[in-house]
Amino acid sequence: MTTPSRLSNPYAEPVGELDVKKTTCYMCACRCGIRVHMRNGEIRYIDGNPDHPLNQGVICAKGASGVMKQQSPARLTQPLIRKAGTERGAGDYEEISWEEVFTLLGDRLRTLRETDPKKFALFTGRDQMQALTGMFAKQFGTPNYAAHGGFCSVNMAAGMIYTIGGSFWEFGGPDLERSKLFIMIGTAEDHHSNPLKIELSKFKRNGGRFVSINPVRTGYSAIADEWVPIKPGTDGALLLALCHELIARGLYDREFLARYTNAGQLVKQDPDADDFGLFAMDPEGDKINADYPHNKYWWDRLSDRLVPTHTPGADPRLRGSYALPDGTPVKPAFQLLLERLKEHTPEWAEGICGVPADTIRRLAHEMGVTARDQKIHLPISWTDSWGVEHDEVTGNPVSFHAMRGLAAHSNGFHTIRALAILMSLLGTIDRPGGFRHKAPFPRAIPPIAKPPKGPHAVKPDTPLDGMPLGFPADPQDLCIDEDGKPLRIDKAFSWEHPLSAHGLMHNVITNAWRGDPYPIDTLLIFMANMAWNSSMNTSEVRNMLNDKNEDGNYKIPFIVVCDAFQSEMTAFADLILPDTTYLERHDVMSILDRPISEFDGPMDSVRVPVVEPKGNCKPFQEVLIELGSRLRLPAFTRPDGTRKFRDYPDFIVNYETEPGSGIGFLAGWRGADGKKSIRGEPNPRQWEMYAKNNCVFHYVLPASYQYMRNWNKGYMDWAQRVRMRRDADPILIHLYSDVLQRFRLAAQGKRPGRQPPPELRDRVEKYFDPLPFYYPPLESQCTDLTRYPLNAVTQRPMAMYHSWDSQNAWLRQIHSHNYLHVNPVTARAQDIADGDWIWVESTWGKVRCMCRFSEAVEVGTVWTWNAIGKASGAWNLGPTANESRRGFLLNHLISEELPMQGGSGHISNSDPVTGQAGWYDVHVRIYKAGDDEAKETWPQFPAMKSLPGTNSVRKNVQAYFVGKWKKRG
Amino acid sequence: MTQMALVIDLNVCVGCQACVTSCKSWNTSGTAGALADLRPYDEDPTGTFFNRVQTFEVGSYPNTETVHFPKSCLHCEEPPCVPVCPTGASYKREEDGIVLVDYDKCIGCKYCSWACPYGARELDMERKEMTKCTLCVDRIYNEDLPERDRKPACVLACPTSARLFGDVHDPESVVSTAIRERGGYQLMPEWATQPANHYLPRRKTEISIRPDQIMRTDNPRKVDGLQPKPDASSPALDDAASW
Repeated sequence: MTTPSRLSNPYAEPVGELDVKKTTCYMCACRCGIRVHMRNGEIRYIDGNPDHPLNQGVICAKGASGVMKQQSPARLTQPLIRKAGTERGAGDYEEISWEEVFTLLGDRLRTLRETDPKKFALFTGRDQMQALTGMFAKQFGTPNYAAHGGFCSVNMAAGMIYTIGGSFWEFGGPDLERSKLFIMIGTAEDHHSNPLKIELSKFKRNGGRFVSINPVRTGYSAIADEWVPIKPGTDGALLLALCHELIARGLYDREFLARYTNAGQLVKQDPDADDFGLFAMDPEGDKINADYPHNKYWWDRLSDRLVPTHTPGADPRLRGSYALPDGTPVKPAFQLLLERLKEHTPEWAEGICGVPADTIRRLAHEMGVTARDQKIHLPISWTDSWGVEHDEVTGNPVSFHAMRGLAAHSNGFHTIRALAILMSLLGTIDRPGGFRHKAPFPRAIPPIAKPPKGPHAVKPDTPLDGMPLGFPADPQDLCIDEDGKPLRIDKAFSWEHPLSAHGLMHNVITNAWRGDPYPIDTLLIFMANMAWNSSMNTSEVRNMLNDKNEDGNYKIPFIVVCDAFQSEMTAFADLILPDTTYLERHDVMSILDRPISEFDGPMDSVRVPVVEPKGNCKPFQEVLIELGSRLRLPAFTRPDGTRKFRDYPDFIVNYETEPGSGIGFLAGWRGADGKKSIRGEPNPRQWEMYAKNNCVFHYVLPASYQYMRNWNKGYMDWAQRVRMRRDADPILIHLYSDVLQRFRLAAQGKRPGRQPPPELRDRVEKYFDPLPFYYPPLESQCTDLTRYPLNAVTQRPMAMYHSWDSQNAWLRQIHSHNYLHVNPVTARAQDIADGDWIWVESTWGKVRCMCRFSEAVEVGTVWTWNAIGKASGAWNLGPTANESRRGFLLNHLISEELPMQGGSGHISNSDPVTGQAGWYDVHVRIYKAGDDEAKETWPQFPAMKSLPGTNSVRKNVQAYFVGKWKKRG
Repeated sequence: MTQMALVIDLNVCVGCQACVTSCKSWNTSGTAGALADLRPYDEDPTGTFFNRVQTFEVGSYPNTETVHFPKSCLHCEEPPCVPVCPTGASYKREEDGIVLVDYDKCIGCKYCSWACPYGARELDMERKEMTKCTLCVDRIYNEDLPERDRKPACVLACPTSARLFGDVHDPESVVSTAIRERGGYQLMPEWATQPANHYLPRRKTEISIRPDQIMRTDNPRKVDGLQPKPDASSPALDDAASW
């Protein structure tokens, strides 16, 4: 093995001391297990950990390029402060020590906490530590906290959680192992990429049929058995028509609907009454759960009379019109759905979404017949929440997956409600072959956590009353003041976007700049590129970051940025905190956050450092623990005022949600001897146990707890016992949402308590429809569609899904610039040839870029890869790097605000229910750039300077090699 | 005689590029390394990759196929790159059919890359040596690695298991079985190079549903009273016919 030359003797491995360390990847959000192969203490190679349940040994393009992350010239290595007397954005910084950082930032934050804690805003990007960042914000006492979900996929989370108590990705997914028909709608590749790839290939090899409904055929759609092109933002119409056809043909799972959804429950129908549209409640009935009362009624079809819901031996009528003993007219929820769907024929949908009616019918028949005729029977006995014992688990093998393609539209919430209802009509919720939950889901509809409910919840020197983020069930849960005005800087949980479960990070800078609803003092941004691809209207947002009041002070007085790399955002920081990379730190994918659970049980994982941090980098986790201790936030402080936790690893092991709760950040190897799972006393050797076990803890549930969990008594009792759930009552699917109806009634003035301000009444009344409906995205409602006829959308390429590594030397060779992809028919109509420089213009702005012909895009749609374009000099790339000269962002064409409908002023360009950013709503036109124009993308920005501490010498040739060759013979 | 090869399943390849960077990552610090990157952080970055994925479209809208096509040295049984090599650096191994370049003999003259009809060779611009896929010859026999890992890096990395590895001369091997049963084919057989690597074509799964399958008599519309009921008051055949 130590022969002296190379391919003369090709078995010769270069010499060196070899070692393999296991940790968890973070090149994207998947969190695969990795093996880091070391030679002489340096990273020689990274591959997938075959013993990890998530990725089972495979890896993706990003994960394998993790080696290059450590080589990036953009790596920040020193805390930096903007030089006194220089302008923000000019890029002049000097190094300071961490002690100076903590003194400066600590003093500033202490003053804010003592006076007005909401003047501190903490917003984070794709971090996987929201359990800690959210807790820090709560302890600090500011409501102004969110992660990137609001501009990513909150519509998917909220739309499905408010309907079935769970959602896709971390919360649940398609059971492709047993499915026969799989339908993927819209771009969805970036969520759970490796596990989905693994399952998709097995599914195809097992003879499953894969249908992709998408304006663009790339990514996984490439291997679909059928591609159904659709116009962006019209999926809701398609889904409603599919529901229509399933019901028209009797292809719905009646037994499932009757028992496991609210289809048979009776809804009050007196239009003049204040409780119109709410469920009729049996005053004598057992509520079972006061917060989620169950004392509703069915109309039993066997005895033809009113009975309490789920009366043994009864079977509800799903349609018709009935009267309560007091004469109140009522209808089953399913009847209301039927009435809603009546006009939503395939022909109606064809006119909106462009999918032929015959195709819609055929797809509905494929789904319905497969679900009905290929039923799965598993010999697993289980007991339902009403005490009925079942000797098998059955399933209907039709599954779906969707993420941002559906979510990133301002009509996405209702589209996704329609999808969840379609999945329920097919009887595929938490059943084999369909959709399956992942712990800690399913959760109550809506989940228990609530945002702060009023100004009383935000007090100086006091932790926040409530969670910064939550799930309102009622207008009383909104985060507003006595005048109905928003309490949060992003206006989340206000009447503008009542169910904004993930906040509205995309409006933070604009709102703070305008001082609406109030000015803030310190904005701390962690790992989010708000001065570039994470903001709409990028150029203006950059100006806002630099804008000053008349007194010469910045409108946003103090900006702190924590990142491992010199992103575009760092140029606007007053203080830069250099973070570590994922290979250099302890980290936790917590059960309190969004863990990596599988269908068969809860799973969480950790990272352990495999190399030393570079320079003076410090993990953001440690920064928060240090700040929390210095600010004496209660969770980080002993009663005598001394710090409770030495550092982050110490915190993770010893923190409990409440003293003695036995619930901490990690679910595995709890208890003094490490033998308890999910719940148990702190175990001082917990890190060691994780490290020994591939950095992952997987608790496999007994088979009888793995299905039908919304209504599975055994599972619910277990989940309650280990305190994963507070309650153990069943979670019925909300075909009909009385939660939404409560907001609508408030808007109609029919409800005591909080009501929307006059300018928002019509909006809330319209969009809080208890049944899903289709409406054109808000952007198109205020755009001249004859002038701007084309939909423009983006997606991330697979080699960069959920990653922020375009400076990666290997990955950027795959994508260093981007084109606008246009159907040749559409391009030729504008006399544009393949490769031409063109202008893309919307109501809000324009960009210059290159056109690429594509036959794999719907004719009314143009698209590009997102976040390939970079500002000149950003990420410490050369000033003429392709990313800045030939790459571009579509963000310049998208406004973060729209004119207020039926009023004056502006409102976020977001879903009116959830605040989900409407990224994919923009309409554009394209035309040829002049021959005399520069052959580079526009807009261009002055080149960023290299920050102190980054590697200012960019190698012209990099020949990465770890180890040594023996001298050649 | 053994002929090791890759069989690539185009039916499941999603073009994720995992094989591309896994190959680079293993090989740059392996026996065939280092693999240079030119202008890695500047304009027009480029570098040595043994394996690349090309993506192209077939057909016209809306009947378009998007094909992801991974490509590396095909380890031809009659490799045109070998006889043209003036120094004997380019050679095909007797024992397993892998085509390699002995870097100690390579003078970087590029004859072999001109001879290769598949464009599968890469001149490393820093070393001025011709490089190419080695089928991870430094992994597959490497006893320092666990047996499970003695496969090419790209094969282990592939999330869709689209890359099979084995001996195409062994009729019982996983690759021979796949070629036989799944219509595996060679690239440009007309060149008579007999590439050892094969590709498996796309397959379409369809569901055909007969009209009588859609609406069954036991369908739930009956229970829910959604089936039209006869109109008892209108005339019937009985009222009009005597026979």
